[in-house]
Amino acid sequence: MKRSIHVTVNGIAYDAMCSENATLITLLREELELTGTKEGCGAGECGACTVIFNGDAVNACMVMAMEAEGAEIYTIESEAENGELSDLQKSFLEHNAFQCGFCTPGMIMSARALLNKNPHPTKEEIIEAMEGNLCRCTGYETILAAVQAIAGERDGE
Amino acid sequence: MANNYRYIGKSVPRHDGFEKVTGTAPYVADLKMNGMLYAGVKTSPYAHASILSIDTGKAEALPGVRAVVTGRQGATKLGIYMVDRSIIATDKVRYYGEVVAAVAAVDAETAARAADLIEVEYEPLPAVLDVKEAVKPGSPLVHEKLGEYAHIKGVFFPVAGTNIASQIKVCKGNVEEAFRRADVVIENTYEQPQVFHTPLETHGTIVQWGIGDHIRIYSSSQSPFSIRDLFSVAFRLPKTNIEVNVPYVGGGFGGKSGIHMEPLVGLLSKAAGGQPVKFIPSREQECATLPCRQGLVAHIKTGATKDGRIIAEQAEYLWDAGAYADYGVNIGRAGAVTGCGPYAIENVSVDSKTVYTNHIFGTAYRGFGHPEVFFGIERQRDLMAKALHMDPTEFRLKNLLMPGSRTITGELITENTGRADLCLKQVAEAIGLNTPYTPEEQAEFKKTGRYRAKAAAVLQKSPAIPTWCATSALLQMNEDGTLRLSVGGVDYGQGTYTVMQQIVAERLGFPIEKIHISHTINTNLSPYDWQTVASRMTVLCGNAVCEACDDLKEQLLEMGSVILRAAKHEIAIGDECVFVRQNPHQRLPLAKLAMGYTFENGNAIGGPLIGRGKAIAQGLTNLDPETGQGKTALDWTYGAHAVEIEVDTHTGDIDILHMVSSLDIGQVMNEALLRGQVVGGALQGIGTTLSEAVYYDDRGRLITRNFTDYKIPTFRDVPRKVEVLSVETPQLDGPYGARGCGEHPLIAVTAVIANALANATGAEFFDLPLSADRVYMRLHEHERE
Repeated sequence: MKRSIHVTVNGIAYDAMCSENATLITLLREELELTGTKEGCGAGECGACTVIFNGDAVNACMVMAMEAEGAEIYTIESEAENGELSDLQKSFLEHNAFQCGFCTPGMIMSARALLNKNPHPTKEEIIEAMEGNLCRCTGYETILAAVQAIAGERDGE
Repeated sequence: MANNYRYIGKSVPRHDGFEKVTGTAPYVADLKMNGMLYAGVKTSPYAHASILSIDTGKAEALPGVRAVVTGRQGATKLGIYMVDRSIIATDKVRYYGEVVAAVAAVDAETAARAADLIEVEYEPLPAVLDVKEAVKPGSPLVHEKLGEYAHIKGVFFPVAGTNIASQIKVCKGNVEEAFRRADVVIENTYEQPQVFHTPLETHGTIVQWGIGDHIRIYSSSQSPFSIRDLFSVAFRLPKTNIEVNVPYVGGGFGGKSGIHMEPLVGLLSKAAGGQPVKFIPSREQECATLPCRQGLVAHIKTGATKDGRIIAEQAEYLWDAGAYADYGVNIGRAGAVTGCGPYAIENVSVDSKTVYTNHIFGTAYRGFGHPEVFFGIERQRDLMAKALHMDPTEFRLKNLLMPGSRTITGELITENTGRADLCLKQVAEAIGLNTPYTPEEQAEFKKTGRYRAKAAAVLQKSPAIPTWCATSALLQMNEDGTLRLSVGGVDYGQGTYTVMQQIVAERLGFPIEKIHISHTINTNLSPYDWQTVASRMTVLCGNAVCEACDDLKEQLLEMGSVILRAAKHEIAIGDECVFVRQNPHQRLPLAKLAMGYTFENGNAIGGPLIGRGKAIAQGLTNLDPETGQGKTALDWTYGAHAVEIEVDTHTGDIDILHMVSSLDIGQVMNEALLRGQVVGGALQGIGTTLSEAVYYDDRGRLITRNFTDYKIPTFRDVPRKVEVLSVETPQLDGPYGARGCGEHPLIAVTAVIANALANATGAEFFDLPLSADRVYMRLHEHERE
């Protein structure tokens, strides 16, 4: 059964039709065709589908599409504005913080959700916020460095 | 090494950054085609069972279902080295998760529901779940018809009537006699489980089997041309009928080499009348149905003299290939060639058996046989040093291959081969291997139960590739004098394309930002490449790109000579111009030559400029079937790791405090990319050491089907400090002296951590993973001993 749903994604209000048992990632990728959000596991274990849902980082594969009724959602497509990369995106480029790129949108959205709430997180706070985001390529150090550079606080070793 | 390179060796940013950080880089899952259907698969709940009947009636009747296929349509066998795997299981299933039927439907949900409705009747067979049992006479057979399978003759050696898919031997000298002479002989068995690749993107595929057998494939693959080749062989179709496209790929680590779901999805499209069909495996399907890395049981016997010389080594390797060995037989071969590590040993006997079991089948995985055998080899070196009461580093240095010595397959090591000894010395010094802990520190260890220790290990790898392995490159000039480079290999994250851009920029003295490299491979448009595996891209593709640059340069010089009216050798290229050396003001921008040059009166010469380049492995031989002697190495990259760990003896948890890795890669092409490969590869190695293992229940049903049960490293598991060092012994036939380095960081990580763990606790570890529970239990057992 398809039902209609009203949702604001990246500042744009959508009226979409979506299957009752679909997840948010299906709504975003299949109905709204915002394919920047990636699916790595479909079970909330890898963080590749992280989006910002009413201010919180969530795994879009673990949220039912219908729960998004009236919600305000931000995806990776919201990061660059007017053709200009965001600070986080630039920092990821500068720090070589990606290889295959599949986890990258989720990484950036996790970091963005953290920075929105806490503009100067410590290294430990960054790790805590991002430990649910898996990367199989980089060994994480460049991702951490990219986020730390924006957080503007380098503590620790 | 001092040089004046402008681009080589520099941390040039990756070319694909913008698309990756914005989420606009298209992966297979992001593609849609008109009329596209979605696939669902029905998989086996048994490890080994006869298929008695399949009823697809209910699935076919479900509204929205467009096609159902079973082993009746999918009996064709596939295989890159050993043709043993049918597209869909036919008479029996050989592993839990094997595909027995598949459907195509209007959406993914309907496809999954239809797959559930397929009813299969099985009769369970005795399952072969232990590789040691599988080689015993009388073991149930996984493949009764092994003797009839097509394979590369003279390279692989199946033993009909057994579970041995291939047996490779490497023999040198006289081991029996040497063991009698040895002062110390040690013998140990090392076991490691199968592990998963877990690229974040699963093996997605879209196939359209169109009218007239014209087939278009989009695949998340390392091997577009191998897919075309194997697909054409399997279905007896001309290569021109098959177009393989590879967009961005979300990691592969070897698991996306060869051919995978493309033929199955192709059958569905054909059965659905030519509508394109998309299959994106779920994470559970990726674990259960797609291949993994083979497990290994290694039995190694080593003999040394009192003064610390290894004079004999005998190794038996039993590879748990799982249900199919289509790729695995070559891993068994690679493991045999590297079977004693980078050591000069006169008397050697390596017996490497790739063995069928009813586990998930194995395939290429970063390092291809080397991470597996190096666990045993480098553990054995530390154990022998202990038996000899020698310092392990000194012991290794005494036995490492040096210019003038020969490998176990008889290959002569020269001044240009590379130096494991220098890598070892570098890491040992950087980590302070011989600096003992102070009495205060040791007292602290005792008090807290958290013991620290250090260790080192060496590694080597050469590409395990066919002797004829080849590649090509095209370098075309655009109208404005910028360049576009096309290669047939895939950059699935490792950064190869950026290195290729650097080569062009360096070779032609050209601004790197004006060199575009196509990120999408299309086998109808891209130049040929065998497949992107074995850390071979920098060397082979790099050489092809050098040749393409030189070819383009020749054309520019020739045109410059005519237009500027000077001898060709008087013409030079620089600043995006051709000019006369003596009178540099006599110049022409390259853009004026790009599509041909037009004189003032309208006459035109030349034409669009295309540089062509190719490269093929040179001087490689097949191994002698009896002795395993021969030259299989395109190049040897040597290296070493050292670690300092802390183990909590109350919990069994291991913390990597400091890791130092060094590789002799000939010439560092891009410092940042090298670090990315080493840090990422090392962490993958740490995962396979500390937590990763494929587990089955006692009936061979897969337990580890997700990231919760199969734990890969997270942000929390990163070593506290990682140092990446390098040695640069130029590879004379590599581009700018470079060697490959993509796989090497993973090799011997298991051993170096286990060696440090032994040093910290006094307990020896022979099995992986070194997960907290297993370490804890072993430490208690050790206390009682």
